[in-house]
Amino acid sequence: MSAVPAATELAPTDSRRPGWRAWALLAPMVLWLLAFVVVPTAILLVYSFCERDEVGGVIFTFTWENYHRVFDPVYLRIFVRSVYYAGLTTVICVVLGYPVAYYIARASVERRNQLLLLVMVPFWTSFLIRTYAWITILKQDGLLNGLLLSMNFITEPLGLLYTPTAVVIGLVYAYLPFMILPIYGSAEKLDNSLIEAAHDLGAGPVRAFSSVIVPLTMPGIAAGTLLVFVPAIGMFAITDLMGGAKVPMIGNVIQNQFLQARDWPFGAALGVIFMLMFALTYVILQSRGARHAT
Amino acid sequence: MPVPAPRPLLPSGLKLLNWFLAGWTTLVFIFLYVPIAVLIVYSFNSSRLNIVWEEFTLTWYGKLLENKPLILAAKNSLVIAGASTVLSVILGTVGAWLLHRYRFRMARGIQTLVAIPMVMPEILMGISLLILFATAGMRLGFTTVIIGHVTFCFPFVLVAVQARLQGLDPALEEAALDLGATPLKAFWFVIVPSLRPAIIAGALMAFTLSMDELIVTFFIRSAASVTLPIQVYGLARVGLNPMLNALSAIFLLATVAFVLFSAYLKKLSPR
Repeated sequence: MSAVPAATELAPTDSRRPGWRAWALLAPMVLWLLAFVVVPTAILLVYSFCERDEVGGVIFTFTWENYHRVFDPVYLRIFVRSVYYAGLTTVICVVLGYPVAYYIARASVERRNQLLLLVMVPFWTSFLIRTYAWITILKQDGLLNGLLLSMNFITEPLGLLYTPTAVVIGLVYAYLPFMILPIYGSAEKLDNSLIEAAHDLGAGPVRAFSSVIVPLTMPGIAAGTLLVFVPAIGMFAITDLMGGAKVPMIGNVIQNQFLQARDWPFGAALGVIFMLMFALTYVILQSRGARHAT
Repeated sequence: MPVPAPRPLLPSGLKLLNWFLAGWTTLVFIFLYVPIAVLIVYSFNSSRLNIVWEEFTLTWYGKLLENKPLILAAKNSLVIAGASTVLSVILGTVGAWLLHRYRFRMARGIQTLVAIPMVMPEILMGISLLILFATAGMRLGFTTVIIGHVTFCFPFVLVAVQARLQGLDPALEEAALDLGATPLKAFWFVIVPSLRPAIIAGALMAFTLSMDELIVTFFIRSAASVTLPIQVYGLARVGLNPMLNALSAIFLLATVAFVLFSAYLKKLSPR
């Protein structure tokens, strides 16, 4: 093995400069991303300034009309509601998930791996199946009503499904593992001596937690928020299954514009606004996470 | 690997806090697992209604196999996930290697571009791809669904392989080159074998993501290319159906196997 360092030194210094072959091999991937991520986004932007015709086709003009409609009180309310429910979901996920992530990160290596496996199973299980599990529990003829009826707590089934509460339960249940894992990631890197130093300097558990542990795990919370908050805003399937038509969120409206109402330009405008919200959240979280990390 | 001595978790006065954390964690795991467990238990219940437990039966599993639309959707899903996985592994592995091996101009930009499909809300990817296919005059079908799936799957393969490459000895390739291998041969016979655990893990991830995907597929499928999640979503919207319990139980079993196998692969490749 002693010859290996010598070989490293002998290697020409420009061996890491890509030749045309390397570029040609990388090209399919870059072109793929351009064709199916960048170009579609650009076309979405173009569509949002177009008009629809009577049969649901698209007339290429330039109009702000779709954006005017986005700020119509009807849709504005839905935007606000979406952000509210997604925000609520995120907060509940942090509250539920933070102690779990912290506990796993502080556990012994063997136990940590076991607990992580327990998080991975729901993480990788299709959200559709996990949402269906809650439907069987909350539905009118579902388990919870059956249980309460048989125990004579209630005389007639409660309308548990198709309520805002059901939507939030569904969202929390779907996204909780996505909050636990990133927080675990940053809690695991936490240096024990920093916490001990806080205690040595007289900080009680609450003080040590709020002024040492939370700031140091902020990047994890930020990453988790990005994985929970933004997807929850646009997640039309869970709101549809758990909320019915009663609690439409922005994702449901976008889906409806594309597949039923066939007003693609308006749907595109809603999509562009949603994308701006996503970008904004990303930038805010990035800057916060970075500030706390340093 | 030396096992570090169990570190003192918290100073003794904080034992209470530790108990609280343990209790909280237990409760959260109960919250995460009880609905899934209930789903599985009731897949063996002979009553059509979920409320009462009648007796153990495998009827619903049998009905599942007789349900033509579901079987067809499952076949479609397997074809789509298989094709998406193969393409994702090729794009992801080659991309990860090139980005690791060479200093490309705009490497950071390319890396950011790769990350976008991983964080982009699925509904945005769905509608923008739908508009793209409509503009390009492409008819929706298997091809469009596979294109969509590869777009969000291959970055996961790329990242998994990249993580493994970071721990790879650069001398490995140089030794192969010194011994007269062409860069392509060195990649195929030296690099790829040593990346195998990461490639398999990435492939499994891509397959699972594709099998489970609903939102993007929802926009870019045709009536003929209905996937299993689309079919399940349609059934779940209608109401309770013990067949879905049975299907969920099968999916869960597959997920548990996937998670355990991934953990095993991780053990194989110590960082």
